[in-house]
Amino acid sequence: MSVFNGLKFRKVYSPIHDLDPRIKFIYVCVIFAVAIAYWEILPLIVLFLMQVPFVLLAGVKSEWLRSMRGAAFLATIIFLTNFVASYFSAGYVVTAKNVENATAMTLRFVVLVESFSAFFLTTSPDHLGLALEQTRVPYEFVFAFTTAVRFVPVLAEEAQTIMDAQKARGLELERGNFLKRTRNYVPILIPLIVSAIRRSLELAEAMESRAWGATKKRTNLYVLKMHKGDFALAFITMLVIVAAVYVRLYVAIPSVNELLRSVA
Amino acid sequence: MIEVKDVCFSYPNGVEALKGVQVAIQDGEFVAIMGQNGAGKTTLVKSFNGLLKPTRGNVLVDGIDTTKSSVAKLARTVGFVFQNPDSQLFSESVEDEIAFALKNFGFEKDIVEKRVTWALNLLGLTQYRKTSPFMLSGGERKRVALASVLAWDPKILIMDEPTIGQDYQQKEKLRQLILQMKTQRKTIVIVTHDVEFVAECNPRVLLMREGRIVGEGEARIVLTDLDALANASIVPPQIAQLFVQLSGLGLPKNVIDVYEAQRILLEKLGRTSE
Repeated sequence: MSVFNGLKFRKVYSPIHDLDPRIKFIYVCVIFAVAIAYWEILPLIVLFLMQVPFVLLAGVKSEWLRSMRGAAFLATIIFLTNFVASYFSAGYVVTAKNVENATAMTLRFVVLVESFSAFFLTTSPDHLGLALEQTRVPYEFVFAFTTAVRFVPVLAEEAQTIMDAQKARGLELERGNFLKRTRNYVPILIPLIVSAIRRSLELAEAMESRAWGATKKRTNLYVLKMHKGDFALAFITMLVIVAAVYVRLYVAIPSVNELLRSVA
Repeated sequence: MIEVKDVCFSYPNGVEALKGVQVAIQDGEFVAIMGQNGAGKTTLVKSFNGLLKPTRGNVLVDGIDTTKSSVAKLARTVGFVFQNPDSQLFSESVEDEIAFALKNFGFEKDIVEKRVTWALNLLGLTQYRKTSPFMLSGGERKRVALASVLAWDPKILIMDEPTIGQDYQQKEKLRQLILQMKTQRKTIVIVTHDVEFVAECNPRVLLMREGRIVGEGEARIVLTDLDALANASIVPPQIAQLFVQLSGLGLPKNVIDVYEAQRILLEKLGRTSE
């Protein structure tokens, strides 16, 4: 669950929070694409380090670290899978190259998590909805999206109450073998799903009784505008794209092993 | 017996819900905890069965520290009926719903059967035995939730807002049930805003405000103490209000019971009650 904590928005003010969510989103997508385009470890390290100033500037270090810690388990699995697979395919030997490749794959995952975590930590759901709306996404979809995001904490709280209620009726979640333990969650999941459905129906009725969709053309109180910082980030994004394409096409990236060997 | 010793509790988000609560609830006692929203009532009762472990101080249930026992174990002694029945109903039939806890506690099959029948009968749910609990009305669901706890006959029963969504007749039944349990020397704790219901039951009342107990005593004393009630944001029961309005007549204070009020008023009018 701690991975999700790293995605939870908290209202604070910082230069990063004030950035236009559209530019921020494009930036994150570019980082994402670049991370996928590279499988060498050096550029991935550069990508990883590039996110750090953002996080520090936004002042969300502790939440961000928490999400990274939450991702550690998956990262370990990715490392082990890559490592074991290459171990078998390389003919049962551990080579420095294999270790480096597995590390690179893990780092790629970490870069994806860290940039998305930084994005969600610094962008309010309302802001995000606004950005979607102003990129001409139909309002129905935008509303569905922002509502889903908004109800995550509500649902989490409800899940806690349900767990309490069932524990108070003698349910022991941690008891039994794996199969039994999985089945122990049935009394938690059913009330949770039922109440979610019930709530969505109620929400729909409440919305209709408040004339949802009465006007075809909606206007907004807040309108997103590009500021200095947004242009700066757009510029950085462009730089990243240009550099990434150039390096990919014209530069032979050395592996860490080769570097170490050439130094020695 | 529940002993709460100087208990503080803070939620992970930093909200301090209990700020040093000290109270003892004896066996066979009937206690109503009252106070405005956010006063810490539900937090306090959730510490009685170990759902919340105090951040400071101790809660002892029959001498057992709640931090040293699991909720599932404590639940055998302390039954807890949640405010919203929808947070526990999940079975295909009312019968299974009531049997769930009994199976968790490892009762024998024939005893489970007997207890289920008994609990259904007690709360007037026999006709719904095979019905899905999701098909029932709000008030009926609440009674299923209550039945599912009463079925294992816990020594201590905690009910969070038991009167919400119940019509007068059901409230009266609930009152009768509580009185019946009292004669069996069960301990009953209710959390409620329903001041008239409390006035009719005349339990021991604990008034809470901002995580502290700010008043306690017999209902007829506490519910006629206007300053204490105002402090806990509670409106006095109607009879108490009437007697305040009629204070010029030299009526006694501390009256919350309708029949007692009638007797006193008739006496004042110079007639004997028939």
